[in-house]
Amino acid sequence: MNGIRTRFTVLQRMLHWLMAVCILAMLFIGVGMVSTVMPKYLTLVSIHKPLGIAILVLALIRLVVRLIYGAPPLPVGLPEPMKLAAHLSHYAFYVLMIGMPLLGWGMLSAAAYPVVLFGGVHLPAILPQSDSLHTLLWNAHFYLAFAFFALILLHVAAALFHALIRRDGVFQAMASVSTDDGVAPAE
Amino acid sequence: MLQPHRPPAPSVFGSLVLIAVVIGASAAAFAYTAGWFSPQRLTPDKMVDAFTPTAGAPLGHRKNHAKGICFTGIFEANGTGSALSQAQVFTRGQYPALGRFNLATANPNAPDATVRVRGMGLQISTPDGQEWRAAMIDAPFFAVSTPQVFYDLLLASASKDPNAMKTLVGAHPEIAAFGAWAKSAPWTGSYAEDRFNSLDSFIFVDNSGAEHAVRWSLLPTAPPVSVSPDDLAKRGPDFLEQEITERVRGGPQRWTMVVTVANPGDPTADPSKAWPEDRRTVEVGTLTVQQIEAEPDGPCRDINFDPTVLPTGIRTSDDPFPAARSAAYAKSYDRRTAEAQDYPRTTTEAKP
Repeated sequence: MNGIRTRFTVLQRMLHWLMAVCILAMLFIGVGMVSTVMPKYLTLVSIHKPLGIAILVLALIRLVVRLIYGAPPLPVGLPEPMKLAAHLSHYAFYVLMIGMPLLGWGMLSAAAYPVVLFGGVHLPAILPQSDSLHTLLWNAHFYLAFAFFALILLHVAAALFHALIRRDGVFQAMASVSTDDGVAPAE
Repeated sequence: MLQPHRPPAPSVFGSLVLIAVVIGASAAAFAYTAGWFSPQRLTPDKMVDAFTPTAGAPLGHRKNHAKGICFTGIFEANGTGSALSQAQVFTRGQYPALGRFNLATANPNAPDATVRVRGMGLQISTPDGQEWRAAMIDAPFFAVSTPQVFYDLLLASASKDPNAMKTLVGAHPEIAAFGAWAKSAPWTGSYAEDRFNSLDSFIFVDNSGAEHAVRWSLLPTAPPVSVSPDDLAKRGPDFLEQEITERVRGGPQRWTMVVTVANPGDPTADPSKAWPEDRRTVEVGTLTVQQIEAEPDGPCRDINFDPTVLPTGIRTSDDPFPAARSAAYAKSYDRRTAEAQDYPRTTTEAKP
């Protein structure tokens, strides 16, 4: 590749927005289901599990795509602390996108619950039954969900800051609906 | 850098306000979904808290049906259930079963003769990897018709207001009907002589996709012998556990599983309403209890007998209780596993 990309690839943008919808739905379903005993509890749980696995699969695909195509460079004039925050937040997103479904799956396994996806499709247990593991994973899954949502809020705030105040092309790198990858000719 | 002419920038202040509004509204929507603005919402935490005795619940135990003993055995399906449900558990054959006899009390040390309602948790596993979990009790119908009234009943029972119960029973006559059962129904001296009922309605789906609203019961093959509560009280605090241990040591104990099929129009959403006696019943198999194990080291201790863990071919109906029970049982499980250090898994060798 002999040019610098100004946008994420079309595939990366599609994965980003698809996963944005899935993850937001997942977090709202999660906090909603654990706060009710009404029949919607079962409906929400039955969406939460397969959607979590879907996010895990998408996140792994996305990680591979990211390793292949990378990311467009941040603007030269961006202050170093903001660059650092951008990089760290991306690491945190990948850790959470892959880690949260694994924590949920592990937590169900450690509680000896069957992990049911659609219909009769079951996933195997990835951990043996264990009270202490269940508690550890349950706590991690619960508190990291709030951390995940807080990270998303920060991410949205930063994206809007780039779009509305800095207007430096960072927002367009992911939000553009253009079907080309925005490869500028190399200088 | 990229665009030759930018549109005029909105004011920085206006942009910051817009960002704050977007973030604030998102956070508020999240908090609303989590119930932080809805103190009236009946949450699993509130439901489980309502069981907690005022003296403080012993840590590490189930938050209700806290006293129990484990069993293992087999469920032998006779094949007739296949006409009602495609679940493999009804195909003629033998499937491993695991369960727990229990008492409906939040006190794991309650004397056996003081607890009116007895229960059975059951898990049957089939080779297709599916599980059927159930939690049944010996009452023929439930005390209340909705989870909310159940919660109100728990609060009223714990209330110091002498009129709390009266008011609730006045508004919900099914509670009085349950009270009448509790007062008049005979007691037995053995889990092996008790009948355990699903109470909740479920939907069986057969191979053609047709649906059947059902309830099920486990009928003891041992003939029930009625014993007065006074006589039971003389038998020692753990007589049920000792009796079933001895009894099964002497030979396996059996229950016949009977599925009752609703007629159109029968109340499926309300477990406080028994269906008429003449409804079609189908004997689908036999549960054989082969071994009893004390709970601390038994295989049932860490199983949540969540009645919504169902194989393909069985699903929940419009009965709101299985969902409420699933939510509350999960909360109970989360709490007791977090307290596991207060419930030593290994019993001491020197038992009296």
